[in-house]
Amino acid sequence: MCLAIPGQIVEMSSDQPTAALIDVVGVRRKVDLGLLQDDLPKPGDWVLIHVGFAMSKISEQDAIDQMNTLRALGEIDGAMQEVEGYGLDDRDDDGISDTADDYRRPAAYKDRVS
Amino acid sequence: MKFVDEFREPEVITRTAEEIRRLADPKRHYRLMEVCGGHTHAIYRFGLKDILPENIELIHGPGCPVCVLPMGRIDDGLSIAQDPGVIFAAFGDMMRVPGRQGSPLEHKARGMDVRIVYSPSDALKLARNNPEKHVMFFAIGFETTAPSTALTIMRAKNEGLTNFSVFCNHVTIIPAIRAILDSPDMRLDAFIGPGHVSTVIGCRPYEWIAQNEKTPIVVSGFEPLDMLQSIVMILRQLKAREAKVENQYKRVVPWEGNRAALRAMAEVFQLRPYFEWRGLGFISQSALCLRDSYAQWDSEQRFSVPGIRVTDPKAAQCGEVLKGVLKPHQCKLFGRECTPEHPIGALMVSSEGSCAAYYNYEHRKTAMVNILSQTA
Repeated sequence: MCLAIPGQIVEMSSDQPTAALIDVVGVRRKVDLGLLQDDLPKPGDWVLIHVGFAMSKISEQDAIDQMNTLRALGEIDGAMQEVEGYGLDDRDDDGISDTADDYRRPAAYKDRVS
Repeated sequence: MKFVDEFREPEVITRTAEEIRRLADPKRHYRLMEVCGGHTHAIYRFGLKDILPENIELIHGPGCPVCVLPMGRIDDGLSIAQDPGVIFAAFGDMMRVPGRQGSPLEHKARGMDVRIVYSPSDALKLARNNPEKHVMFFAIGFETTAPSTALTIMRAKNEGLTNFSVFCNHVTIIPAIRAILDSPDMRLDAFIGPGHVSTVIGCRPYEWIAQNEKTPIVVSGFEPLDMLQSIVMILRQLKAREAKVENQYKRVVPWEGNRAALRAMAEVFQLRPYFEWRGLGFISQSALCLRDSYAQWDSEQRFSVPGIRVTDPKAAQCGEVLKGVLKPHQCKLFGRECTPEHPIGALMVSSEGSCAAYYNYEHRKTAMVNILSQTA
């Protein structure tokens, strides 16, 4: 319930100012940035995600630490299931380019959170 | 970067545990409450108790939103979804929580249209994709989750999407802490403050706990080292006879919280006069409902709600466990009639519930014992 999942902004949505494609250890999904509208993150920034909404901006190191915390808590599967569940099965109406490999490209920090 | 036994800096963990032993007065018994269910889970999972002195007792607080929701609310929500034109959408955590006639999953097996969503915005998407149906999002959670629901409702209004509504069970943490402090059978020395709730509300709302109640509170992260450091900060305050709000989780929690999130909540929600909490009873101004300007998206205003009240099974002592009066294993049903596979009370359903955490981890040799033996 209170999972906070670290992810990196990959691409801003072209038609929704507060939506972005985000990468969580290689899984890419659309996330809502509306709760960070006072200080919108940009591509490359790291955020904590909760129920499909970015909650706070964090550093890359904090993102790695948070991923490790989730793993230590045994919550990685739950977190990845949550991220994979975002957007239901229909991701074509969100102004984000979504070729198949966009969703499975390994993230830069994947091997660092072994 | 190298990870030793899954944790950062095991030597520091050991040193911090030693610091706790030095600071704890052996003549005192300390009762510290972790408010957040995520902390409860972490405490059992890591076996933190094993490296704390015996006179530091951790009391598990009311911060698991699934656990504090009275059964009647689930029945009320499910009763609306008896209408075949209604889709019942909720987070996965809710799906196995028993109602009087079974959980949402069991209702699904009997033909109700029940969908798991991972985000409130996906419930909104369901409404867009199913214009002939009404999608009711069964919303639960503290201030961590409430802003996301609020933004989703604002989007529904902006889009003029009227086949969507929210059955709102959002609760707020401060009145629950107040109720615990007012409870005559509860004596606490300090609070380990919630981490992710505080990313939204910040640290200011806790100041009355320090100033008026003279009780320290330290907002904490979720790693073993975070929680041990928070306990050190608490013990230092107690030793100096101070009561302050401190923020151990600065890397994620800004002192002022998230203003955009607070604005969204204020736009959409208002306080209910009172709300029932499992185990704690009715607490005034402790939950949120939709403002009149959003009445069209309020399931409770759009549908007739029976207002079901269900008393918990007599033998189950969820209330006492929730208040920290009983430990999970002291409940008569624990591990016998009530298990994570067949939960009777909600504390056994959610991984953040103290009964499920206790059941899953208490018998294992814990990570903390391993760290102590490796760094000794």
